[in-house]
Amino acid sequence: MGYPHPAHPRETPVISRYFGDAEARTLAGWQKRGGYEVLRQALATDPVDVQNVVKDSGLRGRGGAGFPTGVKWSFMKPDGKTHYLTINGDESEPGTFKDREIMRWTPHQLVEGAAIAAHAIYAETAYIYIRGEYTEPIHRVREAVKEAYAAGILGANAMGSGKRVDVHVHKGAGAYICGEETALMNSLEGRRGNPRIKPPFPAVAGLFAQPTTINNVETVSAAQHVLRHGADWYKSLSSPANPKSTGTKLFSVCGNVAKPGNYEVGMGFPMKEFLWDLCGGPPAGRRFKAIIPGGSSVPILTPEECEGAVMDYEGIQAAGSLLGSGGVICFDDSQDMVRQIARLARFYAHESCAQCSQCREGTAWTTRILERIRDGQGTMQDLDTLLEIADNMSGKTICVLSDSCATPVVSGLKKFRHEFEAKIPKNRSSVMIPGFSPAAA
Amino acid sequence: MSLHAMAPDGHDAHTAHVPVFTGARRAELDELLTRYPTKMAALLPALWMLQEDRGWVSPEGMAEVAAVLDLTPAYVKGVVSFYTMYHQHPVGRHFVQVCTTTPCNVCGAEDVVHAFLRETKCGELGVTSPDGRFTVIEVECLGACGFATPVMINDALVECVSVDSVKDLVAGLD
Repeated sequence: MGYPHPAHPRETPVISRYFGDAEARTLAGWQKRGGYEVLRQALATDPVDVQNVVKDSGLRGRGGAGFPTGVKWSFMKPDGKTHYLTINGDESEPGTFKDREIMRWTPHQLVEGAAIAAHAIYAETAYIYIRGEYTEPIHRVREAVKEAYAAGILGANAMGSGKRVDVHVHKGAGAYICGEETALMNSLEGRRGNPRIKPPFPAVAGLFAQPTTINNVETVSAAQHVLRHGADWYKSLSSPANPKSTGTKLFSVCGNVAKPGNYEVGMGFPMKEFLWDLCGGPPAGRRFKAIIPGGSSVPILTPEECEGAVMDYEGIQAAGSLLGSGGVICFDDSQDMVRQIARLARFYAHESCAQCSQCREGTAWTTRILERIRDGQGTMQDLDTLLEIADNMSGKTICVLSDSCATPVVSGLKKFRHEFEAKIPKNRSSVMIPGFSPAAA
Repeated sequence: MSLHAMAPDGHDAHTAHVPVFTGARRAELDELLTRYPTKMAALLPALWMLQEDRGWVSPEGMAEVAAVLDLTPAYVKGVVSFYTMYHQHPVGRHFVQVCTTTPCNVCGAEDVVHAFLRETKCGELGVTSPDGRFTVIEVECLGACGFATPVMINDALVECVSVDSVKDLVAGLD
């Protein structure tokens, strides 16, 4: 992509091709670029055939979980029930800002993708749930929807197909947890955004208790390119070394890096070249100390671990982390990792929906301990306690927010333990709670 | 998008509640209700309308929303308190949210917060300035991490704010 930096020749701009191109935001501009022709074709195609093309392409969910999109779509059968499509635009993972750019620059790309996906799952209604903080993206997508209705692209007889396709924009109100699919459904229904216990899975009983598919903004945006150019074309964009991760991925890069921004590359791109050649490496005169490759909830990597890694689902996993949402956070050697990990834990403590005690108590307790260590008031025992709490937080709650807090803490402690220990005063074995006197107790 | 004040009225906690859902707003709500199979699903959008018109979500406002959507005020309050973007108290005319989550923090966001507190004379996070113009808070991830430090002033996002640019930014607000 070329925005906000000039495009690098090694990028593969598919979804991001028109970022920075203001004309592409309008209906006329989008149509001039071939927009809505794929929707026209899709509406004339049997949903099962649409599902099969996407299945063949190997496209996987870009929101973080990486579930095969075509397979997810194929869970929806023509059973006579009302089906819903929900597009997850509640991008709130620290380090991730790719969906924001899709919605800001190419809102029609999203609307077209949503309409195609709705058709593929036998749904007449799609809701695009966008986080409340994204005022400009919300405005752009709403404008695009309005234009599409006025042009007869959406509505009771979408593009003259005789089929109804409605797309509505729903604005969130500030809750990271609503990016979790079942919490998102609760929020959309006018409830607190508490995740639901699964089963039932959304494909069985989701939004308004009806069969529902939830796709990320980037996923449906990619799906239309798959349908336009074919499954083989999509597979040709990525490294042939790993057929499990196909096509392109939009990575957000931020933190201590020379050229932060969004970069779209073929899956399997070497991480070292990505960080140095495309993103310009660390700021001048500094060295990378740590990289979080997939949004803040995945294990932290050292620069050495990134050396031979490739950027796809399996490649980053082999390096010891996860692809997640594709938000790459860089830390240079000026950073105090204890301070930054404590700040990250505070984010999760703030955003816990408080439904599960392991998460509600665990994220807050973890934060308190980390901030104590940060302030030079920790003990060596605290380090063991952090690991114990993390163990109790992982895999024991309704959703994975609790795990998301524990993961960077555990990996940070493992890889930067010396920084934690350096902040702990020698011979300190207990913590004095201000205002508490053991004698008075 | 231009920076503008949050709402023309309703910043006084003691102002009697003037109904929101009348005339054009009522028609807007009625149209909105056609998009969902349940009335309750219009709760978040209705609360947004209330906040846009009155500047905050007051108890009287919540009661009105509850009445138009056939919900109880207690239920509405329960939902409102879950989300961070609804103001349950009046805020300054310029509501400033500075992102200090890790990706921005490594780029110096904490210093930007201090600069805002100094320039707006708020002194403390969450406290409205004596002249009623500003309220500054820290916010958890504005989703613009590549443009650190992003700052949201009412409904406008300002990217790449530095300590040096805060003074001019504040001076440019009425």
